Amino acid sequence: MFAPFILELRKAGLPASITEWLALMGAMKAGVAGYDLEDFYYLARTTLVKDERHLDRFDRVFGEVFKGLEPPTTITGEVIQRELPAEWLQKLAERLFSAEEMAKIQALGGFEKLMETLKERLAEQKKRHQGGNRMIGTNGTSPFGAEGYNPEGVRIGQEGSRHRRAVKVWDKREFRDLDDDSALGSRAMKLALRRLRRFARQGEASELDIDGTIGATARNAGTLDLKMRPERRNAVKVLLLLDIGGSMDDHIRASEELFSAAKSEFKHLVHLYFHNCPYERFWKSNRRRSEQMLPTWEVLRTYGPDWRVVFVGDASMAPYEIVEPGGSVEHWNEEAGRVWLNRLTAHFRRVAWINPTPERHWGYTTSIGLIQDAVEGRMFPMTLDGLEGVARALR
Amino acid sequence: MQKFQSTESYIAPRELEVAVNAAVALQRPLLVKGEPGTGKTVLAQEVARALGLPLIEWHIKSTTKAQQGLYEYDAVSRLRDGQLGDERVRDISNYILRGKLWEAFDSDTPVVLLIDEIDKADIEFPNDLLLELDRMQFHVYETRETVVAKHRPVVIITSNNEKELPDAFLRRCFFHFIRFPDRETMERILQAHYPDLRADLAREALQVFFQLREVGELKKKPATSELLDWLKLLMIEDMPAEALRSNDLKVALPPLYGALLKNEQDVHLFERLAFLSRARRQ
Repeated sequence: MFAPFILELRKAGLPASITEWLALMGAMKAGVAGYDLEDFYYLARTTLVKDERHLDRFDRVFGEVFKGLEPPTTITGEVIQRELPAEWLQKLAERLFSAEEMAKIQALGGFEKLMETLKERLAEQKKRHQGGNRMIGTNGTSPFGAEGYNPEGVRIGQEGSRHRRAVKVWDKREFRDLDDDSALGSRAMKLALRRLRRFARQGEASELDIDGTIGATARNAGTLDLKMRPERRNAVKVLLLLDIGGSMDDHIRASEELFSAAKSEFKHLVHLYFHNCPYERFWKSNRRRSEQMLPTWEVLRTYGPDWRVVFVGDASMAPYEIVEPGGSVEHWNEEAGRVWLNRLTAHFRRVAWINPTPERHWGYTTSIGLIQDAVEGRMFPMTLDGLEGVARALR
Repeated sequence: MQKFQSTESYIAPRELEVAVNAAVALQRPLLVKGEPGTGKTVLAQEVARALGLPLIEWHIKSTTKAQQGLYEYDAVSRLRDGQLGDERVRDISNYILRGKLWEAFDSDTPVVLLIDEIDKADIEFPNDLLLELDRMQFHVYETRETVVAKHRPVVIITSNNEKELPDAFLRRCFFHFIRFPDRETMERILQAHYPDLRADLAREALQVFFQLREVGELKKKPATSELLDWLKLLMIEDMPAEALRSNDLKVALPPLYGALLKNEQDVHLFERLAFLSRARRQ
């Protein structure tokens, strides 16, 4: 019953592998899930999801697969018997049937019979669920006479209050905010960014300086004189300013790739958002534009001139958005975008602008030329060659 | 082995119990992530207490190397001893310093091993521990011995998301993301920590606390540990609940706010909000 689940997860882009699936089966066998769908949900989550950004996707798939929206061919008895560990089934049976009934079943034909009955039950339950909403076991199909069994005990089914409560856990989708759905940055991009690395020795002296030690020991007439030095580290600090919305929608994918490549490459990376042209404030988060503002003056104060600034934007807009006060399409700006751009480029000496529109189209848009002037010609296309140009400009 | 569940001093939601028990049952490391101050490190201590096992803590810094968790060969002191003609120098094992992992492997009883803030270390650090955490054994080249865990320790790893962890490492771990507790859980947490806390004070303090967290622009949102510190201060000062009740965050900062706001920009932000709302009222 779980094989389609894992396939659905993979389809949804969760990197769940056979190792994790085996771990889940192992944990089921060890009895961690406690034969309760909610516990099973938590267990599956802890074994199959390895990143909080995937939690929401997991919840969606779990809800879909186990709600039976796309009726899986899986909850039928046969498949269960093939996929589930026998012990788990037996334990489940012990939950489903009371001791009295167990005795009766034993009388009818022992464990084999029990398994068979359970199989029928589950198959029946599935069928009935699809057909209508009657509870299982309320009709006289039970081989155990009028008493039947207590449907309260059923935990694997599609009904029952316990289950309904459990469904809520994943239907709440509390981790929605964490899903950024960005494709992983291509390796080529990372390698291009790697050229930006600047190693420097800073901080605590924690590494043995062999050359220094040999020199000092020799001067010391052979008595050991240890010399330490700080480790080499990538000391580059990058401020990534991303244009979002409007004409940039066509380039979201490329920008995301660049962003995730940069994120893993630099230890000091700060990213902020703007729309079309930087004005007196940036947004810290794409989603919460109205709330999380950061005044540009604060950016200039917070990040020193040793930070390298990379703009990512198509620079395609009406020319007045750059040259006129009040040109912004979103709010009234007291000073023109060009003034702010000049301030930024004057403060941060190492600046580059990455433009995802193809380079051959640049000449047709006036605003691209204006931005080119503002960043002193340091505009590059979003290609590997372009990224190398960026690396050169930021050196 | 005993099952882990909420204790008097640590409130664990069901999802966390399942995650811990799965990791214990299958003897896999459990990777715990979550906002700072939501009790990631405390979890390991509580797991150790609940299972009745000793706890070995390995705190990771930016300079920590994976090898330091296994062992270190102190070549420098051997060289010094060699120059001074010390007898110890003949046996290399005198200069093998055991790391935390070795300590955990060598223990006669099972232990809980906490690898705290693994993301602080170099990007390659988790990769260097793959085999050791998988097989729970490693080889000491200098003395040609293989150290095998007598009992597989319960490994709990915390991360603050400063760096992404490699896939191969994640495959071997179970994962749990500690969510910020909701109001109801928070009340239980307060109860667990301060049983003699006055109910009215707790109610007002939680009101202020959650209001504070809702302000979107905070650099560092106050978390559980900040709330606990703040309440402790309020109790020491014997603050009446009324002092908090009238406290509209738009008008003034809550008393003893230093325990909640850890950042001068955040304090400025609130002062500005208060100023704006006063100006609007006039």
